[in-house]
Amino acid sequence: MTIMRLMNAVFAMWLCEMLRFWRSKSRILGALSTPITFLLFLGPGLSSGFQFQDGGAVDLNFFAPGFIAMSVLFASLFGGGTVVWEKKSGILKEILLAPTYRFFIALGKAAGGVTIALIQGISLLIFAGLIGVRYVSGSGVLTSLLVMTVSGIGFVGLAVALASWIESPEGFQMFMSLLAMPLVLLSGAFFPISGLPPWLGALVAINPLTYCVEALRWCLLGRSVIPITVSSVVITFFAAGMLLLGGRYFGKIRVQ
Amino acid sequence: MRWIRMLYAIETNDITKQFGGIVAVNNVNLSILQGELFGLLGPNGAGKTTLINMLSTMTDPSGGGARVWGFDVVADAHLVRQNIGVVFQDITLDERLTGRENLDIHGMLYGLDGKVRRRRIEEVLALVDLTDRADFLVKTYSGGMLRRLQIARGFLHNPHVLFLDEPTLGLDPQTRMHIWDYIKILTKEEGVTIVLTTHYLEEADHLCDRVAIIDHGEIIVIDNPEALKNRLGGDVITLELEDSADTARLRALYEDNGFVRVISRGSNTVSMTVRDGERKIPHALNLASRAGISILSVSLHKPALDDVFLHHTGLTLKNKETGDAGDYGRSWIRSTGR
Repeated sequence: MTIMRLMNAVFAMWLCEMLRFWRSKSRILGALSTPITFLLFLGPGLSSGFQFQDGGAVDLNFFAPGFIAMSVLFASLFGGGTVVWEKKSGILKEILLAPTYRFFIALGKAAGGVTIALIQGISLLIFAGLIGVRYVSGSGVLTSLLVMTVSGIGFVGLAVALASWIESPEGFQMFMSLLAMPLVLLSGAFFPISGLPPWLGALVAINPLTYCVEALRWCLLGRSVIPITVSSVVITFFAAGMLLLGGRYFGKIRVQ
Repeated sequence: MRWIRMLYAIETNDITKQFGGIVAVNNVNLSILQGELFGLLGPNGAGKTTLINMLSTMTDPSGGGARVWGFDVVADAHLVRQNIGVVFQDITLDERLTGRENLDIHGMLYGLDGKVRRRRIEEVLALVDLTDRADFLVKTYSGGMLRRLQIARGFLHNPHVLFLDEPTLGLDPQTRMHIWDYIKILTKEEGVTIVLTTHYLEEADHLCDRVAIIDHGEIIVIDNPEALKNRLGGDVITLELEDSADTARLRALYEDNGFVRVISRGSNTVSMTVRDGERKIPHALNLASRAGISILSVSLHKPALDDVFLHHTGLTLKNKETGDAGDYGRSWIRSTGR
């Protein structure tokens, strides 16, 4: 099995995800409109309620990285979750029969999911800029793309693992809402994470999305509670771990 | 790669599959020649799909083994996959992509490089008459087109062995005939060894070089369709008489004139088993009219594989489908997830 051949398989799966995304206009619309709505309405609404302990403003600038992270999270989970629908529709049987390593099929799917997540993240980044969010630097914005990609890989991997393990789309959907809500709410996307009660602080600290949000704040706003060294290490390990987990569970799928 | 010359495209050795307590495939031994069009005939739930799934490395056998194109289906699953194509019973195309895109992605997964892939896609599209519709989304395709595209995809990568699981299930008669033509072209022009499952008797009869009748996971009989039918002794001519009083006289007359196995079913019919039924009818009618017995109707029944099935199992395929779909059928459905 040559490298070329494996790359072909990765590209095939990536292309497949891209074509599906491109064909599904409602998905594009939905994917973009939710976080934009959040930015437009929820951001200003929440701004009035909080203040940093040191007196820093909790404004639209503060919320923008959180909403971008949220959008990357949703897109990634959805992207990895296509596996469960493919399982149900039978498309997966055909894919799994291909004479190539499963891990590279999973990798191609992950690449597709991450690309879509990145498209959404970038659209939001631009939109937030248009409505007045001030980014600290151009290089920061570019670095934020890297943060989105790496976190995206982590969440796609997680979704692929879950979708490989769960049998029905309904079950997967339930699991996703069960997972996505706490991830978002306990990530510091909606509130400053300094000076939280210890039990809440602990929950926020074990949430991988927290590090994604914090890393994005560091890139885009130049300030973050968690040092960028810590958050970048955490999201990198998270991504590597979840990718392996996703590949492993995907490899275990049995079709009868 | 293979050091020992291979005689059979597929060889199974007591291959067995159990799901929970149910034996779906039981000690099956098959040897399928290269280039052969081999049929697995049996009612729903007989174990055909499970057998195909094992041969195509989708499911591991619980016992026994098989070699496909010389490779072991468990130990060399990877090499088996490189040499086979599978056309599943259910549609496994991505309906959000076009026909061409479905083929393209399949070709990439099987490692066909760009130039070869494009040429090959044109070839298979032409073979199944889908060139005009290649760039339409698959969700706009009719049932027959879906099936044709799926068959085209199955042999896109030039497999040596192609598995077709119920290739014409649920299609109208005309489309079915078309699919049959494509399958024939495939064996003739591309020299592909084909294993197809079906529960349509005409299909096995019309297409296959050899047929294995399978029921409850076991092979009941393997032979070519003609030989299977000949085992039953020939065609059956049935005559309906105007006057039931003549029945016994006509029977005696036919028996005296060399007809064998003459029986009467009902009070005014006479049936006999003959070879070359079409050619015997005029003679039979002549005899009757000379004896002054008037005949209302004549029918000729050519033995079909259904009769063979009946002969070997005591059940017709139709009976099996309706009457015997009880516990066995349900547990099958549960165990395969279909």
